[in-house]
Amino acid sequence: MKRLLVSPSPHIHGDESTGSLMRDVIIALSPSLLVSIYFFGFSAIKLALVGALTCVAVEYLIQKYLMKTKVTIGDYSAALTGVLLALNLPPNAPWWIMFIGSVVAIGIAKMTFGGLGQNLFNPALVGRVFLLISFPVIMTDYTTIPDSWFRPGVDAVTGATPLAIVKEGLAKGMTLTEIYGQNDFSYLEMLYTKIGGSVGEVSALALLLGFAYLLYRKVIKPHIPLAIIGTVMVFSGILWLVNPEQYTDPVFSVLTGGVLLGSIFMATDYVTSPMSNKGMIIYGIGIGVITVLIRNFGAYPEGISFAILIMNSTVPLLNKYFKPVRFGKEVKHG
Amino acid sequence: MSRTFSKGGIHPNDSKISENAAIEQFPLPETGYVSMAQHLGAPAEPVVSPGDTVKVGQLLGKPSGFISAAVHSPFSGTVKSVEPYADLAGNKVMTVVIEVNGDEWLDTIDRTDTIVREIPYSSSEIVARIAECGIVGLGGATFPTNVKLSPPPGKKAEYLIINGAECEPFLTSDYRLMLEMPEQLLVGTRIMMKALGLEKAYIGIEDNKPAAISKLGEFRDQYRDIEIVPLKKKYPQGGEKQLIKAVTGREVPSMALPIDVGAVVQNVGTAVAVYEAVQKNKPLFEGIVTITGRCLPQQHNFRLRAGTMISSILEAVGGIPDECMKIISGGPMMGKAVSNLSAATLKGTSSLLLMTEKETKRTEESNCIRCGKCVSACPMGLEPYLLNKLGRRGMTDELEQEHVYDCIECGCCSYTCPANIPLLDVIRNSKAAVMKIMRSRPKK
Amino acid sequence: MNTIIFTVVTLSLLGLLLAVVLYFVAQKFKVEEDPRIDEVESCLPGANCGGCGYAGCRAFAESCVKAGNLDNNFCPVGGNAVMSRIAGKLGLEVKEKAPMVAVVRCSGNCDNRPKTSFYDGYSSCRIKASLYTGDTGCSFGCLSEGDCVSACSFGAIRMNPNTGLPEVDDDLCTACGACVKACPRSIIELRNKGPKNRRVYVACSSKDKGAVARKACSAACIGCRKCEKACPFGAITVENNLAYIDFNKCRLCRKCVDECPTGAIHAVNFPPKVSRPDTEAAATEGVKES
Repeated sequence: MKRLLVSPSPHIHGDESTGSLMRDVIIALSPSLLVSIYFFGFSAIKLALVGALTCVAVEYLIQKYLMKTKVTIGDYSAALTGVLLALNLPPNAPWWIMFIGSVVAIGIAKMTFGGLGQNLFNPALVGRVFLLISFPVIMTDYTTIPDSWFRPGVDAVTGATPLAIVKEGLAKGMTLTEIYGQNDFSYLEMLYTKIGGSVGEVSALALLLGFAYLLYRKVIKPHIPLAIIGTVMVFSGILWLVNPEQYTDPVFSVLTGGVLLGSIFMATDYVTSPMSNKGMIIYGIGIGVITVLIRNFGAYPEGISFAILIMNSTVPLLNKYFKPVRFGKEVKHG
Repeated sequence: MSRTFSKGGIHPNDSKISENAAIEQFPLPETGYVSMAQHLGAPAEPVVSPGDTVKVGQLLGKPSGFISAAVHSPFSGTVKSVEPYADLAGNKVMTVVIEVNGDEWLDTIDRTDTIVREIPYSSSEIVARIAECGIVGLGGATFPTNVKLSPPPGKKAEYLIINGAECEPFLTSDYRLMLEMPEQLLVGTRIMMKALGLEKAYIGIEDNKPAAISKLGEFRDQYRDIEIVPLKKKYPQGGEKQLIKAVTGREVPSMALPIDVGAVVQNVGTAVAVYEAVQKNKPLFEGIVTITGRCLPQQHNFRLRAGTMISSILEAVGGIPDECMKIISGGPMMGKAVSNLSAATLKGTSSLLLMTEKETKRTEESNCIRCGKCVSACPMGLEPYLLNKLGRRGMTDELEQEHVYDCIECGCCSYTCPANIPLLDVIRNSKAAVMKIMRSRPKK
Repeated sequence: MNTIIFTVVTLSLLGLLLAVVLYFVAQKFKVEEDPRIDEVESCLPGANCGGCGYAGCRAFAESCVKAGNLDNNFCPVGGNAVMSRIAGKLGLEVKEKAPMVAVVRCSGNCDNRPKTSFYDGYSSCRIKASLYTGDTGCSFGCLSEGDCVSACSFGAIRMNPNTGLPEVDDDLCTACGACVKACPRSIIELRNKGPKNRRVYVACSSKDKGAVARKACSAACIGCRKCEKACPFGAITVENNLAYIDFNKCRLCRKCVDECPTGAIHAVNFPPKVSRPDTEAAATEGVKES
């Protein structure tokens, strides 16, 4: 008699796997990577490559020789961490900084907790914040020498990020109108491209393209990014209405800095974000509020990395108290 | 606009490759194996002994409890033995083995094709006929129909919903039934409306079966009291609670029965069986069975007597193809894998699905990435990832707090998990353990 | 300098204040307990395995003190030594119990019991058992998914990859009974350890009729009653086609082992017999199985 397979139901499985999801996120990041290559030439792609390779290598070594478990580098999650970290660095950052950041991201933020699915904090952000605190000068130096091969004739050297310019100007006692007068911050330019910022922050449009792809492939739900962007707009809008010379307007607040990159790609990291829709929205609102607080009242010009890490630590609590609504909990009649 | 339930659900490829195969009569086997446990509840008690001659439709086993059902002979011939016989999972079940000889039916059964539309019986007469004929729910759970049609005192049915969703991929037996026996289905529905004292009934059909919707729509003028409700194609649309939600907007509360929100759900196959029992005096001993699979050269929908050996069915369709590695009785989401090919079909058997190793073999599980896809997919609003974790640690108190007993075992979580974690395996087991503890508690 | 002094003083004062608060809180919420419970608990192994039938060692100690006798309480892990120490502390009598060990009553290894299907679900005996009768023809034997291995908190059971059967380490096994409860097929039994760990038992749980059992597994007990007749001490009974050896009556003569036509009766830890070569084979096989 034929030996048949026997298993409990269900007998079929969907097409998605951990690897395919991670691959989709990397695909969604590719528009931003391409744009950054256009602006910064090979320095950006070099960072991404160093990051991905280091992360994969570190994960492999730890799993193989330290934890002695099954090696799972094939699921693209380590590579994704490397690419995300690269997108969070200044384009002209030296390769060794990328290397250190990757080792911290995988070795400390991910594997010490037990590997994929176990970590409390987003590994790429831990790597970035580690670098930001350890190498503040390099990490805030956004001076860029555009690659002449890609953009012949452009030899402009652009300095700090718009947020840093604003912060510095405000510190000097200038009003926003004065600061805007000295710099060219048009919304349209920021939407397409804005040199001055980390690799992934250059083009808002490229990030939104990736967002659309993730939503189309149902890799992520829109709750977290929309909650963050909405909160940043509302909260900074309130401040702007209170004093438009002191606080930036809502559109400027969303388009500059890492809000888009952070909300679309960093805050939605599966492992470190809540499970239920309600939890996701509260998590997003928390990130938005903390980001605006740090930007306007903190020492750093940008705060989304810290905001996400802080909210990461609340995820177990959010999962515990904000459960999905069970079927049959609210009995409706008629 | 097609209606649906609001929470969770998945969209597997519906794979209805056998939908165009018209119903064929399956030839009689040489030996019939009639199980006494073809329904949910206590097994029937055999009333024949070896050597007895039986006719088609004759009583073989009488119900042995409130939730139990009569079993009638699908064959005519001699009773060879009454003994335990292995079912499709290998468990021994009391079985009447019949040496088949000819096809002689009881004279009381009306075998003509004429459709009898008049229903001159009272509610209690109808329920009694249904009980006598051993009708059980043919949607999968095989719950005795007469019990479902007798609401407990103090509860009143307001909605009768006929389930034609057939949301499981591959299955087409209900679809063929709706296409080929539409009026029997509608009369059967009216009989159940009369039994419940209702003026209106609904037939829910997924919108991937437009032919069935339009076929039943042809009778709209004669059957104005039966509304056809197109439903969105989404699994588990045919789940009892999900169907009630889609049709009535009401949610059956946790631990409650559909009747608590005034709903009674019956499968289309059951409706036809009720028609045959009440109007034609024919007990339930045969049904439509889909024989399908991508590895099969030809797809079939058979009218098949319950008690036919699975291996003989497979031989009749050309044997088991080499690449077939799993045979499932039922659909791919909730069906049972067959380990014993010499087991026989039952009243509730709706399909035999042959799958290749590539289609069905499980991939090795990896770490949970907490993507929450299982949470989004769960139609009951549970958190499968959490239940899985608690279940593996045997934390029954926490499992109970997390409402593991609400699980309908639809399989959406396991289907959707990108890490291939066998969530439902663990949850089903935990659910059984928790329900056992809850039952053992003294009632308040 | 001032800062340091100020810091030291405030912290010390704060510490003092909290200590006082803690003291009063501890006094207020003190639970009066029989001090003997602590004493008894200190004698116990502290494994919290539940083998005694209580939730843990503490609960067992409480029960010993409360009951006032040790007739119904026995710590299988600590055994007679621990029980006599507890008896000494409480001034009670305790009956000696023969040491026990877990025994796997199935010999259905891959050679004896051919597989009939491939199980492709979560690796758990309980889930497999609820799904079907298993991937062999025998519906009573070991399911080979290792629920007993994970239930054992002493690391005394391991799965032999060659036979697909669990093996109990006599020295590590404390007879706590966790594996007995974990096994959905109830094939594990606690039996007397026997002198020098020598024991004779029926390594089969099949209640199928002889021919059916034999077809599924060549090492099955077929209920032929040869052992029952051969036993000079009346220790063997055959019920539902399955022989059972009462370890309180068995005198380890091993006559049944010689009689068994399928080799379902195992005699373990005996020195190999030299006189009869056929039994030697059976005996050494038994040693391998243990």
